[in-house]
Amino acid sequence: MPTLTIDGNEVTVENGTTVLQACEVAGIEVPRFCYHERLSIAGNCRMCLVEMEKAPKLVASCAMPAGDGMVIHTNTEKVKKAREGVMEFLLINHPLDCPICDQGGECDLQDQSMAYGIGQQRYDENRRSVREKNMGPLIKTEMTRCIHCTRCVRFAEEVAGVPDLGAINRGENTEIMTYLEHSLASEMSGNVVDLCPVGALTSKPYAFSARPWELKHTETIDVHDAVGSNIRIDVRGREVMRALPRVHEDVNEEWISDKTRHAVDGLKYRRLDQPYVRVNGELQPASWQDAFAAIAAKTSGLSGEKMAAFVGDMQDMESMYALKQLMTSLGSKNIECRQDGANLDASERASYLFNSGIAGIDEADLILLVGTNPRLEAAVLNARILENVRARGLKVASIGAEADLTYDVEHLGEDASVLAELAAGKGDIFKALQAAEKPMLIVGQGALAREDGAVILKLARDLADKAGMVSEHWNGFNVLHTAAARVGGLDLGLVAENGQNINSLLGRAEAGEIEFVYLLGADEFDVSKLKDSFVVYQGTHGDAAVSVADVILPGAAYTEKDGTYINTEGRVQKAVKANVPPGDAREDWTILRALSEVVGHVLPFDTAAELNEKLVNELHLVDVVDVKPQAAWGDFGVEGDVAAGALISPVTDFYQTNPIARASKTMAACSAEFVQVGVALEEATGTHG
Amino acid sequence: MTFLHHTIRSFFLIEFVKAMWLTLKYFFRPKATINYPYEKGPLSPRFRGEHALRRYPNGEERCIACKLCEAICPALAITIEAEPRDDGSRRTTRYDIDMTKCIYCGYCQEACPVDAIVEGPNFEFATENREELIYNKDKLLANGERWEREIAANIAADAPYR
Repeated sequence: MPTLTIDGNEVTVENGTTVLQACEVAGIEVPRFCYHERLSIAGNCRMCLVEMEKAPKLVASCAMPAGDGMVIHTNTEKVKKAREGVMEFLLINHPLDCPICDQGGECDLQDQSMAYGIGQQRYDENRRSVREKNMGPLIKTEMTRCIHCTRCVRFAEEVAGVPDLGAINRGENTEIMTYLEHSLASEMSGNVVDLCPVGALTSKPYAFSARPWELKHTETIDVHDAVGSNIRIDVRGREVMRALPRVHEDVNEEWISDKTRHAVDGLKYRRLDQPYVRVNGELQPASWQDAFAAIAAKTSGLSGEKMAAFVGDMQDMESMYALKQLMTSLGSKNIECRQDGANLDASERASYLFNSGIAGIDEADLILLVGTNPRLEAAVLNARILENVRARGLKVASIGAEADLTYDVEHLGEDASVLAELAAGKGDIFKALQAAEKPMLIVGQGALAREDGAVILKLARDLADKAGMVSEHWNGFNVLHTAAARVGGLDLGLVAENGQNINSLLGRAEAGEIEFVYLLGADEFDVSKLKDSFVVYQGTHGDAAVSVADVILPGAAYTEKDGTYINTEGRVQKAVKANVPPGDAREDWTILRALSEVVGHVLPFDTAAELNEKLVNELHLVDVVDVKPQAAWGDFGVEGDVAAGALISPVTDFYQTNPIARASKTMAACSAEFVQVGVALEEATGTHG
Repeated sequence: MTFLHHTIRSFFLIEFVKAMWLTLKYFFRPKATINYPYEKGPLSPRFRGEHALRRYPNGEERCIACKLCEAICPALAITIEAEPRDDGSRRTTRYDIDMTKCIYCGYCQEACPVDAIVEGPNFEFATENREELIYNKDKLLANGERWEREIAANIAADAPYR
C-alpha cells in the first residue's frame, strides 16, 4: 500500500494503482484523453503529465505506477505549460468545426481546451485531412477530428472482442481504421461512440438530430434483454432521441449493447396509437368504450377455463400483476409468461435465476455454457466473460451449437446427451468443475425451450449438485434468460396449471377449447394458431399478433411508463417514465384497470401507488430494489431421457428480437448488414453472382 | 408690484407674442420630422431589425444547424430541427422564429459562427395577424435574398469594430 504526497496531501492507495488514479483518490482532476478506467493503459495522448520530484522530466501519470514516498505536483507552472503545449499540439490537426460536430457540447477536447488550453494557436501551416472510413450503419466517422487516443482500438479488442480496429502508419500519417473497410461487426460497437473523446466517431442514426443541451435525461432500465442494463434515456419534446449507458458495476459496468442503444427509434414507427376492433374481418378504429364493450361481450358468460392470457417479453411487473388479477377475477388460471415454451418451474426461485450474479463472473474460474449464445442473448454479459478470459484466464466450455463468442471456448458437443454424461460424473470437464473453486453453469433458453427442457433442467441441477457447484457462499447454477419480463413473470407465478405450457395452450386454442386469448405484448410465438380464437392484443407495435387480434388496445412502451423489472439474476430495478405514449395509448395497468370495470370485476386499486402496495403485499421481494438476491437451493426438474438434436440458441438475429427492434429502421439496417449478409455468404457457392 | 406685473403681462398679451415668436422661429428652421413612408431616417449598421437567413455567393445556405442561436435565444423564439442532407452535410429541416416572442436582442447573430442568421435593416414587417409573424425557413431565406446587399454592406461597415 504505497503512500504518496499529491499537492501536499498524503494519500494511501492500493498496490498497482497508477499515479493518475491516486490523484483521483485525492480528489484532484488530471486531464486525460487516452486513459480510460476499463481499458488498458496506452499513455499516448500525454495530457495527464504531472511533475514528480526527483524525476528529470514530467511523467505521464496514467502509465506511472504509484510508489511509496512519491511526491507529485499537479498545479505547478511547469505542469500548466506542459498541458498547454500538449493541447496546442493536439489542436494543430483538429478542425475547428465544433458547430457542425455532433460531439459539440459534450466533447472532452472542447471542455479541456477551455480549461487547460491557451485559447489560441500559432500553427499556420497546412493541416492534415483524413478520408472518412466506413464503419457500418451505427458509427459515423470524421477521421480528420481523430486525436489518436486509440480508445476505440483498445475497446474493440478488449471489450467487444473483435480486433477489427487498428491504427496504421506513423506520426502525422496515423489513421484509425478497420483494415479492410468493413463494418465493425460487434454487438457492442455503439460504445466506441461514448468512448471517443472527440467527434471522430459519432452515432450515425443520431447524426445532427439534437444537441446535448436540448435533451431531458431520465435514468431508467433497459428491457431489450434480460440483463437489465442501466440506461439513460434522452428525450427531446416527446421523442426519444437516444439511449446511453449508466454505470452499474454489478450489471452492465458502463457498456450497453447496440440493440439497447439503437433500437429506440423503433419507438417512433409502427406504433399502435388508438384502439381497434375487428368488424367483419377488418380492423376498424374504435373508441376505448367500444373496444372494452367488445371484450366484455365476449367474456360475459364464458368460463375461465376457456380463457388464456400470454405475457410478452418486455412487460413490467405492475402490468403483469394487473393482468393476473384480472384473469383470476374472471376465473382463469391459464396465464403464461414463458412465450418461448421454456420448461421452467416457478416454484423454486433458484431454478430460474442467474444465481451467481453477473458480477459473479469476475470471481468464477470455469464456466460451462449449455444451450446458450451469450453474445447474442446478453451481449454485455458476454463482454464480461471476455474481460475475465483476457484478464484472468477464465476457462469457458460449451454444450450446444457452435458459435463465435469472441473468446476461446472448449466445445464439448452439440446435443443434450453430452450434458447427461457430465451429470453422470464422466468426462474431464466434470473433474475440472469439481476441482474449480467457483465454477459456473449457465443454462440458456436454447436448452430449456424444448420438449425435454425439464429433463435438461434436472440434469443441469444434478450436475451442479454433484460437481459441488453449490455451497453456502456460492451458487454456480445459472439460467440466462432472453426476456426482461421473464423472471418477474415467474416470480408472479404466471405459469399455466398442470404442466401446461404455451404450446399446449395454443393447441387447445386451435382445437377450440380456448375461445378468448389476452395477449399482453406477446408476439414471439406462432400467432396463426390463434386465428379462430377471440384475441385481445394489448401492446405497443403493429407486430405479428396484430394480424389475428380482434381487439387492439394501445399500450405504453418501456420508456413511457414507470415500472418494475426483475433481471435474470433476480435484481429488482425501477424504470422511470421518460416520455408520454403516443395518441390514445395509455400505461398498461391503467388499461387493465379500466377494462376490469367494464367486464364487471373491478380491480382493487385506483392509483399507481395503490397498485404498487398490492403488488408488494403479494410479492415482498419487489420491495427490495437493486440487490442481488440469494435464492434457496432446492430440487427441480424432471427425470427422464433427453432427446437428440443440437441445443440451439433461440436468438438467431440479434437485431430483431422484439417488436420495438423490428420496428426500428436502424436495427433493420444492422440486420441487413451483419446477419443477412452472413447468411447470404454462407449459402453462396462459386456460381453465385 | 406683482399686481402691476400681471396686469401688464395680460394686457399686452406678452405670452401670446412669445409663443408666436417661437412658432415663427421654428417656421424658418429645418424640419425635424420626415415624411415617413416616403422618406426614412438613417440607420446604424448595427440596427437590429427583421431576421434573415443568408446564403453564400454560390447559393449554398450558410446555416449549418449548430443550434447555437437556439441555445442563446433568451426569449426561446427559435426552433430548429436538423438532419443530414442527401450529400451528408449538416442542414436544418426546420428553422422557425416566432417574431412575436423575439425581443430583438441580437444574440442570435452574435452566436452564429457563419453569419447565417442576421438581423437586417428592415423594420417594416407589421402584419395583420399574429400567424404571419411566425417565420419559417423559407420566409427567412427569402428575406436573406431580398436584403443581402444591405446586410452585406452593414456587416462590412461594422467589421472594423469587431
